[in-house]
Amino acid sequence: MSDIKKFMYVNRKAPYGTIYAWESLEVVLIGAAFEQDVSLAFVDDGVYQLCKGQDTTGLGIKNFSATYRALGDYDVSKLYVEKESLEARGLTLDDLMPLTYEDADDDYAEKDSIRVVSSQEMAELFEQSDVLFNF
Amino acid sequence: MGIEVNGKVLETDEEGYLANLNEWTPEVATAMAKEEDVDLTENHWEVINFLREYYEEYQIAPAVRVLTKAIGKKLGPDKGNSKYLYELFPYGPGKQACKYAGLPKPTGCV
Amino acid sequence: MSILHTVNKSPFDRNSLESCVRLAAKGGAVLMIEDGVYGAMKGTTASDMVTNAMKDLTFYVLGPDLKARGVDEGKLIDGVKVVDYNGFVTLTVENDKVQSWL
Repeated sequence: MSDIKKFMYVNRKAPYGTIYAWESLEVVLIGAAFEQDVSLAFVDDGVYQLCKGQDTTGLGIKNFSATYRALGDYDVSKLYVEKESLEARGLTLDDLMPLTYEDADDDYAEKDSIRVVSSQEMAELFEQSDVLFNF
Repeated sequence: MGIEVNGKVLETDEEGYLANLNEWTPEVATAMAKEEDVDLTENHWEVINFLREYYEEYQIAPAVRVLTKAIGKKLGPDKGNSKYLYELFPYGPGKQACKYAGLPKPTGCV
Repeated sequence: MSILHTVNKSPFDRNSLESCVRLAAKGGAVLMIEDGVYGAMKGTTASDMVTNAMKDLTFYVLGPDLKARGVDEGKLIDGVKVVDYNGFVTLTVENDKVQSWL
C-alpha cells in the first residue's frame, strides 16, 4: 500500500459567474504541496475555464486563466476535458489554452497537460480515484 | 495597519502584506525591509523582481517549492536552492520575499 | 469500487442530474436530496432519463426532503427507493467514495 492517493478535482462551473472555479484552483495549488497524485476534470460549463483569450480588464478582477499555466510547475499535469461537454458548447481542443508540463521521467520533455476524453473514459477516471472534490 | 512610504501611508493587512498590489514601488520593499532590519542587496532584489514577474505572468505568488525550482531554472542551481533563499529571507522566501514584492501571501502558506 | 452520487439540484433548474447520469459508471448509486428530489418524480421531462439509467444505476431519494416539499411517495418513478437519514449514512458506508453533483 502506498501513501499516495489519487485526488480528482471535478470542475463544472464557468470561471467568473461564481467563485467555484477560482476556489477549486486554490485548493488544487494548496493540495499540490501534499504530493498526491492529482488530476483535474473539466465537464459541463467547467470547460469554459480553459478557454483561451480571457481578458478581465473590463471587470477589474483577476484573470486567473493565467494561473492554469502554473499548474505544471506544481506537478499537476493531468487535466482531463470531457469531449461531450466541449461538443455541446461548440468547442474543440483548439479553443482551449495550450497547457504543458515538463515530464521529469522523460528528460523534462515538454508535454501537453490537457487530454480530451469521452464521457465513458471520464466515468472510469472517477471510479479509479480515491477522493473526489467537486466544484 | 499601514506602512509609510515617502510620506504616504499605504494600507497593509494584519501580517503586513500590501493591501493593494498596484501601490507597490521599490521604496515599499525598502521600507518593509527596514522595519525588519534587513538591508536589501542585489541578491534580494533579484528574487523580489523574479516574484513580481511570476505574479504578472501567473497571477499567483508561487509556493516555496515552486519558487526554488523556478529560480534555479532562471538563475542557476547556486541560487535555486532553499539554503541560499533562506539565507536571504530568513522568515521564509515565500512569506518574506512575497511581502517585500507587494504580493499576497503565497497560496497555501499559513 | 463504487461511487455514491448525490444530486441536490432540481433537474428543471440545473443539469446536475443529467451530468450525473452521463458520467456515473455502472453499478453506482444515485441519491437525490434537497431540490434534487424533484428528479425522482414520474411523469416529468426528466423521468425517462432516470428510468433509462436504472439498468446501470440504483436510485434513492431522501424521504425527509420529499416530505418537506409535499411530494407524495406515490408520485415517484417506479424503482426509486426512499431512504431516511440512517439510509443516507448506510449508503455512504456501502460505497467507497461520494461524488456531489453541485
